Amino acid sequence: MSEKSIGRPSPILLGIGVAYVAVLILLPMGMVFVEAFRRGPAEYLDIFAHSDTWSAIRLTLLVAAIAVPLNAVFGVAAAWAVTKFDFPGKGLLLTLIDLPFSVSPVISGLVWVLLFGASGWLAGPMTSANVQILFAVPGLVLATLFITLPFVARELIPLMQEQGADEEEAAITLGAGGFRTFFMVTLPNIKWALLYGVLLCNARAMGEFGAVSVVSGHIRGQTNTLPLHVEILYNEYNFVGAFATATILAGLAIVTLVIKSGLEWRFAGELSASRRH
Amino acid sequence: MALRRRAFGQPTALNNHMPLIIKDISKTYGQGHALQNLDLEVGDREFLALLGPSGSGKTTLLRILAGLISPTTGDVSFDGADLLSLSARERKAGMVFQHYALFRHMTVAANIGFGLRVRPRRDRPSAEDIKRRTDELLSLVQLEGYGARYPSQLSGGQRQRVALARALAIEPRMLLLDEPFGALDAKVRRELRYWLRRVHDETGVTTIFVTHDQEEAMDLADRVAILNSGKIEQVGAPNDIYASPATPFVFDFLGAANEARGLVSDGELHLYDARFPLADAAAGEVKAFFRPHEVEINPADGRGFLAEVVGVIARGPATRLECMRGDQMMEIDWARGRLPDGVARGAQIRLAPERFTTFPAGG
Repeated sequence: MSEKSIGRPSPILLGIGVAYVAVLILLPMGMVFVEAFRRGPAEYLDIFAHSDTWSAIRLTLLVAAIAVPLNAVFGVAAAWAVTKFDFPGKGLLLTLIDLPFSVSPVISGLVWVLLFGASGWLAGPMTSANVQILFAVPGLVLATLFITLPFVARELIPLMQEQGADEEEAAITLGAGGFRTFFMVTLPNIKWALLYGVLLCNARAMGEFGAVSVVSGHIRGQTNTLPLHVEILYNEYNFVGAFATATILAGLAIVTLVIKSGLEWRFAGELSASRRH
Repeated sequence: MALRRRAFGQPTALNNHMPLIIKDISKTYGQGHALQNLDLEVGDREFLALLGPSGSGKTTLLRILAGLISPTTGDVSFDGADLLSLSARERKAGMVFQHYALFRHMTVAANIGFGLRVRPRRDRPSAEDIKRRTDELLSLVQLEGYGARYPSQLSGGQRQRVALARALAIEPRMLLLDEPFGALDAKVRRELRYWLRRVHDETGVTTIFVTHDQEEAMDLADRVAILNSGKIEQVGAPNDIYASPATPFVFDFLGAANEARGLVSDGELHLYDARFPLADAAAGEVKAFFRPHEVEINPADGRGFLAEVVGVIARGPATRLECMRGDQMMEIDWARGRLPDGVARGAQIRLAPERFTTFPAGG
């Protein structure tokens, strides 16, 4: 965002940066597409003829569609509580929000197995209520919720801390209630951070492998999300299929980036007006 | 917007009606007292300054009036009705913050109209009415033509004028200003000071103004309430407070002060090796205060107590003399032309303060 400049970067510095990104990001990403099209477009398009592919796409989108809004709402509520109020246990809440970042994804999946598995703590009540958590959509959603919980909150908290509660206080003294204050003052001030948080959260929700792998049970056409489907195809030596499926994930990521860039371009003026302060 | 017009410079006509009554307010944070049993009454259309050092509780008091925090104990009433039972949004207290607190994503016009747009539907003015009032307020704060700008495109002084217009838009029952000029540079502060007084005189809204700048408070306010450690030290018209400060704290806070210990007996103040006539002061040990600019300088064989000049600093129209008497440092501001002959670093001179304010030494 800075309009200042300290001159041109040195060619060496620029070269290191470009080479780093090329080797670590462009090369592997390129490989995915090269491998996917190795045997020509016909074989590539073949994966779209499989119903398993479509069910994996549907499941991935469904899990993201449930997990992302829930964690967005939670993230906003948690950031609001942490930054605008003082209450006992605030430090604990902040630590807990960070927990999913520091726990291995496999553990994040395993905790649900320990809770809902055949000999888990909540196995009894769940069996008697005839509710299937593990190896079903609810388990996938729970694991994804756990993994993606910090993204929105972590994006919002530093910004809201910096903004303080002055504007909210002004709104209240001017006669605005809680809802109006939130929707007319707080939300517009955080909407860009919220958008970034949601995009990150969404990318992780669609791409999560470890935790989801533990709770999924790998039932083809039923509990396989796209990343899990890639693994299965790869393990079956269907390399073209695996890489082709991976291009779908890459495609979803590119769509996300395009939406973000489009919004930034559309609201460029407003963005600079609200940041320059 | 019914603006009651009055000529600038004419003092606010105070009547004896005191609509805002603050009774026995205390605010405790954990172990600390932000306010202790504070009483204060504010008159209709009055401009009152809450003056005190940081941590004296003045902002806490203002935020209690605004409804942003609740006092631990005590009552506040406005026009006979309990104010504390109303939420901040019901109080119609126009608040102006030190750091403006403008809605950064809204234009200037949208900021000013905010308080009208958030009213319940039945009380909400039409879009045209809101626009008309916004324009009126923009001209009141001399920002015609700035309505479409964003706060980030304005200078600090302009932003604070927008904040004031926004607070006035709700036709507040009282205007609360929390160090409104604290973030501005000295020149802009002075300009805005007179301008704020004029806006107050034009609108006639009861105004409470928090500041730690005594000059600002003395310049602007009808009455000044001086706070220290959560208590009011003195309330009164600026001139009265300056002429007869009630406590050493007030004297000290209202401007540079020199302090010395002396003894009063037989209508005279004995200070070091000199005596000064001092009527109507109780006999006994006293703390005597005098202002740096109210001191006569005499040669070593003249009137006054002996002191040694340890520093001479030219400061624009005045010259500052730093003098030592024993281990007591005193500052003298000489603004009466050239320094008397013989006054230089290391010289012995006699100082004769023209006016003293004394307090019993025990207090």
